[in-house]
Amino acid sequence: MTLIDTLHYTLTTFRAHRLRLSLMLLATAIGVASVVILTSLGEGARNYVINEFSSMGSNLIIVFPGKAETTGALPPVVGEAPNDLTIDDAMALKRILGITHIAPINIGSAPIDWRRRERETTIIGGNHALATIQNIELAEGEFLPDIDPRKTSPVAVIGAKIREDLFGNQPALGEWIRIEDYRFRVIGVTRSAGTAMGINRDEIVIIPVASAQQLFNTPSLFRILIHTRNRENIEQVRDDTVAMITKRHDGEEDVTVITQDAVLSAFDRILGALTMTVAGIASVSLLVAGVLIMNVMLISVSQRRGEIGLLKAVGASSRQILWLFISEAALLSLLGGLIGIALGIGVSELLAQLYPTLPIAPPGWVIGAALSICLGSGILFGVLPAKHAARLDPVTALARR
Amino acid sequence: MSPIIQLNGIARHFQVGEQRVKALDHIDLTIEQGGYMAVMGPSGSGKSTLLNMIGLLDRPTAGEYLLNGHETTALSDDEQATVRREQIGFVFQFFHLVPRLSARENIELPMLLAGIDPTERHQRANKLLTDYRITDRADHRPDQLSGGQRQRVAIARATVMQPKIILADEPTGNLDRSNGHEVMEIIEQLNREGITLIMVTHDPELGARAHEQIRIVDGQITEHLRR
Ligand SMILES: Nc1ncnc2c1ncn2[C@@H]1O[C@H](COP(=O)(O)OP(=O)(O)O)[C@@H](O)[C@H]1O
Ligand SMILES: [Mg+2]
Repeated sequence: MTLIDTLHYTLTTFRAHRLRLSLMLLATAIGVASVVILTSLGEGARNYVINEFSSMGSNLIIVFPGKAETTGALPPVVGEAPNDLTIDDAMALKRILGITHIAPINIGSAPIDWRRRERETTIIGGNHALATIQNIELAEGEFLPDIDPRKTSPVAVIGAKIREDLFGNQPALGEWIRIEDYRFRVIGVTRSAGTAMGINRDEIVIIPVASAQQLFNTPSLFRILIHTRNRENIEQVRDDTVAMITKRHDGEEDVTVITQDAVLSAFDRILGALTMTVAGIASVSLLVAGVLIMNVMLISVSQRRGEIGLLKAVGASSRQILWLFISEAALLSLLGGLIGIALGIGVSELLAQLYPTLPIAPPGWVIGAALSICLGSGILFGVLPAKHAARLDPVTALARR
Repeated sequence: MSPIIQLNGIARHFQVGEQRVKALDHIDLTIEQGGYMAVMGPSGSGKSTLLNMIGLLDRPTAGEYLLNGHETTALSDDEQATVRREQIGFVFQFFHLVPRLSARENIELPMLLAGIDPTERHQRANKLLTDYRITDRADHRPDQLSGGQRQRVAIARATVMQPKIILADEPTGNLDRSNGHEVMEIIEQLNREGITLIMVTHDPELGARAHEQIRIVDGQITEHLRR
């Protein structure tokens, strides 16, 4: 029996049992579609996080106050730090070979206003080097001056959105804005850049780090960002940084120093694993569809006993019957799989349009994987009914009418 | 010339619960090439079992079965299927057409299994549809055909592979007189063309038309008449 004849014969059985066929196709399609949709979401989340981290800047080392309890490379849930991380700590790191830029960072939220236009926003204390480390580009004016970071200075660089909200069409450069009780002169406006690490860069105000400490009334830093000369020495610089700060903190290792690469690959791993897990859970629905196919096929075999007996009488071997019924299950699950993939891609695209910030798209591998799992389960669950059919005794099959 | 069918001490037993049913009990039978044999006997005496055995649908519990001088009981499932496909045509009392297939598709079924290409399938089916005057019913499904038409489709299916043997199990048992007559005409014409014909029937009139008649009672041949 040729392949085309087998397919054609199988299609006649589909034609004869349209309701049964559509139910089985539906079950398979839903299973496959859910695998496609869930992996699309997982991949979307993974790509989102990776994009966020990549836009932080490259060759980056981040120093956190406090010692991470876990050994992983993730940003730690920071416990109480015995010693503050200070601007002096940051200054001291200048002596380490291979470091090109250092930015001590503070962060907080405060109301700002200009001529009674007021809004709450994120305030970042930084220095001149921050622009280089974080790839901040300016649309107007200039960035923070290259001064001693221990010195306050009443200047501010504002995000594109802040400029729009506060000043509208009017010129912003040289204007004085108020942040709580302090006044700052706008010296620069950043170019619109979107979000990084969950912070919308267009909605921040950057002031000198010493001014920020004064504003938030704290002697400590939130982070120190370090830019290294090249990728190769990044681990060495990391170790030197830990050693240096430990020495400064009376031999107590109370900071956590991570590299951007490590964070990225950790997130990549975790979210990748998450996607696989979710896809795995979704494939359970494919198993359910497989079991359904098996049941329906078993019913079909017992309903078609006469036909099977006849096929044997006119010269079909048991092997041919086996092959015929397995093809039927395979074709069924393949059709269901194709419908499911179309459905899954459709829904993923819809979700991508509903949530434009998430790069939702089915990864290429999932199409192949879903189809082969689906085909595999179809064949697997088709084997048992097909064996029943093949083993049927033609005499009894023909006798019972 | 060796006989086309030779049964030596064939037995077929069924275990039904505690009981052992001897459907066939030591059958010795020889049928010559081109012969025409009627199998008679009361219901449940083993006639269908004998036919199924000859058609390789069933395997004997004991004895040997030579087809064209070759032992068949040792053949594999695949080999037996090939023999059924190429040498044997079945005609049943209840037609056994596949309900969802058209008359033409039913006739083409054995050729489909044999892997014969579609143009040849069509030609052969067309010839038989014409011969048996069912051309206008070619695309009808079995439930749209009369009993006589169904049996003619079934005979076309049995002959389309040009078998050496036709096994007919009460082929007219489900037909009225005139349709039965027509079906007998077709089957006997096949025999006149050289096909060996073995037919189970209850009708003594029909049995008398055969070249030889056997009578089976309780799985044993009790009478064997030759004309
Ligand atoms: N598959 C089977 N299982 C048990 N008994 C069977 C089976 N097939 C046939 N028989 C028994 O074998 C005997 C002969 O059956 P069969 O050849 O169909 O008779 P006939 O065709 O002459 O009416 C009967 O008693 C029947 O009940
Ligand atoms: Mg019978």
